[in-house]
Amino acid sequence: MHLSPDEIVFWQVGFFKLNATIAYTWGLMLLLTVGAKLITRKLSTDHTRSRWQNLLEIVVTGIEQQIADVGLRHPRQYIGFLGTLFLFVAMAALCTVIPGYEPPTGSLSTTAALALCVMVAVPLFGIEDQGLGGYLKSYLKPTAIMLPFNLISEISRTLALAVRLFGNMMSGAMIIGILLSITPFIFPIVMTVLGLLTGMVQAYIFSILAAVYIAAATHVRRPKPESEPEPVSDIQTSTQK
Amino acid sequence: MDSLTIIAVASIVIAGITTGFGTMGPAFAEGRAVATALTALAQQPDASATITRTLFVGLAMIESTAIYCFVVSMILIFANPFWNQAMALAAGK
Repeated sequence: MHLSPDEIVFWQVGFFKLNATIAYTWGLMLLLTVGAKLITRKLSTDHTRSRWQNLLEIVVTGIEQQIADVGLRHPRQYIGFLGTLFLFVAMAALCTVIPGYEPPTGSLSTTAALALCVMVAVPLFGIEDQGLGGYLKSYLKPTAIMLPFNLISEISRTLALAVRLFGNMMSGAMIIGILLSITPFIFPIVMTVLGLLTGMVQAYIFSILAAVYIAAATHVRRPKPESEPEPVSDIQTSTQK
Repeated sequence: MDSLTIIAVASIVIAGITTGFGTMGPAFAEGRAVATALTALAQQPDASATITRTLFVGLAMIESTAIYCFVVSMILIFANPFWNQAMALAAGK
């Protein structure tokens, strides 16, 4: 019984070792990149199009719609980052149907790296949207007393993102491992199906939370007040508490 | 009891208590959240998409507290640093 795919080492030379996390992460990256390249090589705009192009269009427009629902004005600007996060985490969970595969998101290193990406990207998008001074001022938002709490929340939410994804993926693999030793035949399959569902939900949660954080960083100051401020979407108010 | 036994007993007992008590609060909270969401769905079926999305995000955030407890108890059982150190000391003796 191992806690994470870090402990499966395929190949080791001195300090460098190739463990299952790295191998499967690169495998997923290769799969996603080559797949997207192959599909977008011959795109068509008329009515006859390949089923793979349909699939990709559904995925892209679906992600775009979800980002827009969170309250980000121009989803195209953020879809490169948020869409990649979603697709990677979702594929990492979906590939568990392949025997012998371990989700790389079941390792705390991978999820910490993803969460750090979010922690770096949120200020970058915020600065891009409202300038360096404007973004830094948002840390003093209600009053200047809140500055340390705002900084703590930056760090704690990064930690929460990482541990949440790690815990969910790890618990799925762990429960299947424990059940295999108790009730070997039917029940692990049911738990695998449940693991697929929680994996998709976690991928959705991860990217939606990143989108909410970006929306919170970019929405503080509106560039030009139009007729009336649009109502803040309820997903934002519910998760900001 | 030598120190290895004490560490093992404490780790196992605390792991059980952590998961048991740590899932109690989130279980109540998730029950309340789902009940409220069902009431809202019954009153406003048109807003089902928004309610369901918010419910899922909220449930995942509530559930993450239980997951933290689970991670702590898993670390206590499978990757216990105190146990590893005690084993290293015992092997070195």
